[in-house]
Amino acid sequence: MKKALSLLTFVAAVVAWSFTTAPVHNGYHVGDIARDFNLKSVKGKNVSLAGIKKAEGYIVIFTCNHCPYAIAYEDRIIALHKKYAKLGYPVVAINPNDKDVQPADSFDNMKKRAKEKKFPFVYLYDETQEIAKAYGATRTPHIYLLDKNRKVRYIGAMDDNHEDAGAVKEKYLENAIDALRTGKDIATTETKAIGCTIKWRKTDAAKPKDAVKQ
Amino acid sequence: MESPNFRLFPANTFAKGALLAAIMKTALLSIFLMVLGLPLAAQDIPYIKSDQVTAWKSSDSDTVYVLNFWATWCAPCVAELPDFEKINREYADKGVRVILISTDFRRDVDKRVKPFVERQKLECQVVFMDETTPNDWIDLVSTEWSGAIPATLIVRKNRSFERFFEKQLHFEELEAAVQEALKN
Repeated sequence: MKKALSLLTFVAAVVAWSFTTAPVHNGYHVGDIARDFNLKSVKGKNVSLAGIKKAEGYIVIFTCNHCPYAIAYEDRIIALHKKYAKLGYPVVAINPNDKDVQPADSFDNMKKRAKEKKFPFVYLYDETQEIAKAYGATRTPHIYLLDKNRKVRYIGAMDDNHEDAGAVKEKYLENAIDALRTGKDIATTETKAIGCTIKWRKTDAAKPKDAVKQ
Repeated sequence: MESPNFRLFPANTFAKGALLAAIMKTALLSIFLMVLGLPLAAQDIPYIKSDQVTAWKSSDSDTVYVLNFWATWCAPCVAELPDFEKINREYADKGVRVILISTDFRRDVDKRVKPFVERQKLECQVVFMDETTPNDWIDLVSTEWSGAIPATLIVRKNRSFERFFEKQLHFEELEAAVQEALKN
């Protein structure tokens, strides 16, 4: 009986442990195949991953206009695209924010920002928020590195210092791309970073857990 | 505004002379205003490292810590601050400590965070998270946290109580969690 009890305690502990260390997390994990999309670009055309020619992979970045963490990364995203697009890894930036919750992230303001900063990458509007939900993005910026089969290879932040690009010690994303390009194992496949909550649409019945409430 | 201090005395204590009563009232009022002024004075914003969060989480004391991660520019964070202030006021004497942990940029602490705290007359303790590598400390707060703000952890470690929210909270939900932590 005592044995059975201790076994039961052990099982309960394992179950409790698995709950605390494996939080509920919707969307893609590393290894999943990410879905394609067909989203409106600030240049006027719709863009899908399949439509991007000669891609060896895709750097999908959920970002926006207003968030200071996203703004802090703008120049780094531009530099990243300039370095990796010619190697077959273009940046595909997606703004998932609802314009009614955050007017600064409207499509018109996206066009304005893209022009001001001369974005060399495509900047797309996920107006229905369907793509952000499918991917499991929660914040801006939130990066998904996909290989050419759209298999998710890295999720997280670009590097370890959002405030000061000059003080970066570890370039998680570049390390992941470099490993992917040379057929090596990606050492760090997931990182976390502080970001602005995605501004989910308020009227959405199926809003995710972190949606801003009415 | 009526001072709660006056209620400590029976009404007829000052009935002997109107002048005396007036003097006493003025004196008491000044003392009250001074006491009131203390938490309203511009608070210092201590810089903390992630081990401070670990300390709050591993505390042996019976305190319920409400750790709220926010930034001055984050609209949903700013919107929920009055509810955290209210919890702080109503539950301070019940063993609840609300700590607002700013994740603003370091260069903005003096320029933005301090003036904001003064302007909003925040009474909750505000601290600045002085860490550059979020990936190293986000999981220390909660493995449930993806990194989006606002985020709130309610913890009472000696009762193994821990509840995490990665969203804007409203008073009812916040109070319910605090009450559960106290009851636990």
